[in-house]
Amino acid sequence: MTQITHHIPDEILLAYAAGTLPHSHAVVVAAHVSMCDTCRAALSAHQAMGGAVLEESASETVSDALRARVFDKLDDTPPPEPAAPRRAGIYPGPVAALLGPDWQAPWKSLGFGVKQAILSEGGEGSLRLLYIPGGRAMPEHGHHGLEMTLVLQGSFSDDEGRFGPGDVEIGHDALEHMPVADPGPDCICLAATDAPLRFKSFVPRLLQPFFRI
Amino acid sequence: MKDDPDVPDETTQTPSLETEWMLAVRDQRDRAAFARLFDHFAPRLKGFAMRAGAGAAEAEDIVQDVMIKVWQRAHQFDPETAQVSGWIYRIARNQQIDRYRKDKRPEPEALMPEQDAVPDAGQVLALEQEAAGLREALARLKPAQREMVERAYLGELSHTEIQAETGLPLGTIKSRIRLALDKLRHELKDMRPS
Repeated sequence: MTQITHHIPDEILLAYAAGTLPHSHAVVVAAHVSMCDTCRAALSAHQAMGGAVLEESASETVSDALRARVFDKLDDTPPPEPAAPRRAGIYPGPVAALLGPDWQAPWKSLGFGVKQAILSEGGEGSLRLLYIPGGRAMPEHGHHGLEMTLVLQGSFSDDEGRFGPGDVEIGHDALEHMPVADPGPDCICLAATDAPLRFKSFVPRLLQPFFRI
Repeated sequence: MKDDPDVPDETTQTPSLETEWMLAVRDQRDRAAFARLFDHFAPRLKGFAMRAGAGAAEAEDIVQDVMIKVWQRAHQFDPETAQVSGWIYRIARNQQIDRYRKDKRPEPEALMPEQDAVPDAGQVLALEQEAAGLREALARLKPAQREMVERAYLGELSHTEIQAETGLPLGTIKSRIRLALDKLRHELKDMRPS
């Protein structure tokens, strides 16, 4: 596997551990962690810290009734555990789990070879796959809030650097970026946005082929 | 890194009682050990849930759900990469999400080897010492800073409100866990038919 150089920042790993990230962003974190031991270790560290907070938190006396209820239930047949997410092709487990049984993404063309597949939308965030042919720019879009883009295949580059498989780019409100898929394999990304992502025009800004310097 | 030593005062030579109880639950389905875990964690979990806004009765429902998961999911506990309280914290937060949100929290792919490996005692102890160091560092924080850290892990702060620089020695435990993961990856690779 290629070296991952763009990781999930600590405050986002902590928010994931604490369960406060929107679902769409939590999928990106879980997918990245599936590919990245550095962030898996960092996430475990945050869970250990959460454990320390739990250990040190003030106790409340529990009722005998609760104790009895719990012990009564130990012999119950446990509900079936959800199957652990498994990787399927380029899709890390948490992404594969959102696709159908045949792992086909619901691609819709945006024109000029660019496609998107919306995995979830509305509520507190939206999650989509983007397919950008090598050498083309990503659709121009406005975003507010937190945008997280995880590369699953190929790579793209912008002012922040080059992002290859497993790398994640964090965009905040002010980030003005013009990501362009690098020449080579087509670029497939997983993107989570706080608000529904709106492309500025139906025909995206990818008309100009990218010329490598 | 900060210049504090992060070394727990008392050096433990055997795994903590919590770890021993948890392994007895995992490997022997030991109810007496589960009772000890319950007595240790249930009051803390209840306090935790009430601090997060649950009423007393609701908090007990949450404790019930979490402790039953601890029993049912014990086979997933791996003392080389997670410490008991951290593992229970993770279950507790998942329970909270299941309770109040539409979508379950997506989980990363699991790395557990299928075999019933004997835990590396040295790694387990080292991880526990790191965790003890974290608890002490938490206790040493100034009250306002400690309050912020607690609120962050209780899920009361958004990612933008979380100060990335907490002053906690998370780096050392990260490296420790990273070593264990490297080893686990290596074992998994050996197990895979090539």
